[in-house]
Amino acid sequence: MNNSLYIYLLLLGDNSLILGHRLSELCGHGPNLETDIALTNHSLDLYGQVRSYYQYAAEVKGEGTEDSIAFLRNERQYYNVLLIEQPNSDFAHVICRQFLWDAYHLPLMRSLMKSKDDQISAIATKSEKEASYHLRFSSEWMRRLGDGTEESHAKLQAAFDHLYPYSFELFKETEIEKEMKENGIGANLSLIQTEWKKTTESVFEEANLKLPDTPPALTKGKQGIHTEAMGFILAELQYMQRAYPTMEW
Amino acid sequence: MINISNISPEIEDILQTVYDPEIPVLTVLDMGIMRRVEQEGKKVTLNISPTYSGCPAMDMIADDLKKAFSEKGFEAEVKLVLSPAWTTDQISEEGKRKMREYGIASPLDPTADKDALRGESKKVKCTQCGSMNTLVVSQFGSTACKALFKCKDCLEPFDYFKCLR
Ligand SMILES: [Zn+2]
Repeated sequence: MNNSLYIYLLLLGDNSLILGHRLSELCGHGPNLETDIALTNHSLDLYGQVRSYYQYAAEVKGEGTEDSIAFLRNERQYYNVLLIEQPNSDFAHVICRQFLWDAYHLPLMRSLMKSKDDQISAIATKSEKEASYHLRFSSEWMRRLGDGTEESHAKLQAAFDHLYPYSFELFKETEIEKEMKENGIGANLSLIQTEWKKTTESVFEEANLKLPDTPPALTKGKQGIHTEAMGFILAELQYMQRAYPTMEW
Repeated sequence: MINISNISPEIEDILQTVYDPEIPVLTVLDMGIMRRVEQEGKKVTLNISPTYSGCPAMDMIADDLKKAFSEKGFEAEVKLVLSPAWTTDQISEEGKRKMREYGIASPLDPTADKDALRGESKKVKCTQCGSMNTLVVSQFGSTACKALFKCKDCLEPFDYFKCLR
């Protein structure tokens, strides 16, 4: 088995799974019907992507299924970035987290479309279209909240102060990502970062956001070391499989 | 274009009875999601391509296909193929017409789609009264593949099937 490829697929898939879960928490709780439906649609897209990654990961590993990968790992075996697991504190947090992620996800998918691994390239080709819809949605809301009322601006700035420091982790290359970049399967994160900066800087400006002067936050999610939020997510996400192992819906 | 012209009439007849559960007037052939059909006697392998990654209709379509084939004495296996990715161009003309009659505006070309979804131009025709005086309410509609529009003349809301290419 190619262990590096397996871990790389988890690195890609876990972000979609955990963000998909976070967004699914909003189902029926969105601020209005349209955003509720929009964010639930985002969640479905992400779940679809993660299924493809995990199905392929199970094949690479030669054991397990998409379900066992999603539901039966322990916290330290999830490799999503810390940004993704941050809670839905308010709508500004939801949008800000989404935007920081979407601006990374879209160029990442565009780069992986050229992956030497056919399966990764096929998943990326499918996801790229969805990611571009997501980025359009979140950047519009960033502008609307940031350039809106005094209150919406203050809430977005507060969310931004909290979440922006987590964005550095997206570009901090792990050993696995380095190996995958070098063998032409993975993406070059410094090129993704250039794209990310281009997209985000203009939106930050239009949304009148001030960059926080706090230092970069912890960056260990990709090594499986998470914030407090992660345990709560898994408690809910894994409940049914832990209580009734191998149950089917 | 997708070439499934080599399928036998018997198989085609069965495929014509399986509909997309979310747009129940379109068959899997109208949707253009059938990629390849391999047949060996009474055993068929159906390769289908998902519309959107998380489309919940896919599992249902797979089940419906298996059921339709088993009723005709076949044993069907359904495989999901991701590449080449499905695009809205693969919806047949007949499919687009049925879609409009059902009340869903059919996908425009990518540029027009972008303008329409951003509210920059009025290019989506109301499926009720045919007016072009329409407004995007939300880029995300009742399912992942649709956006929600409203007609400013007859005041009816309607779905628009987003362009995916
Ligand atoms: Zn009308």
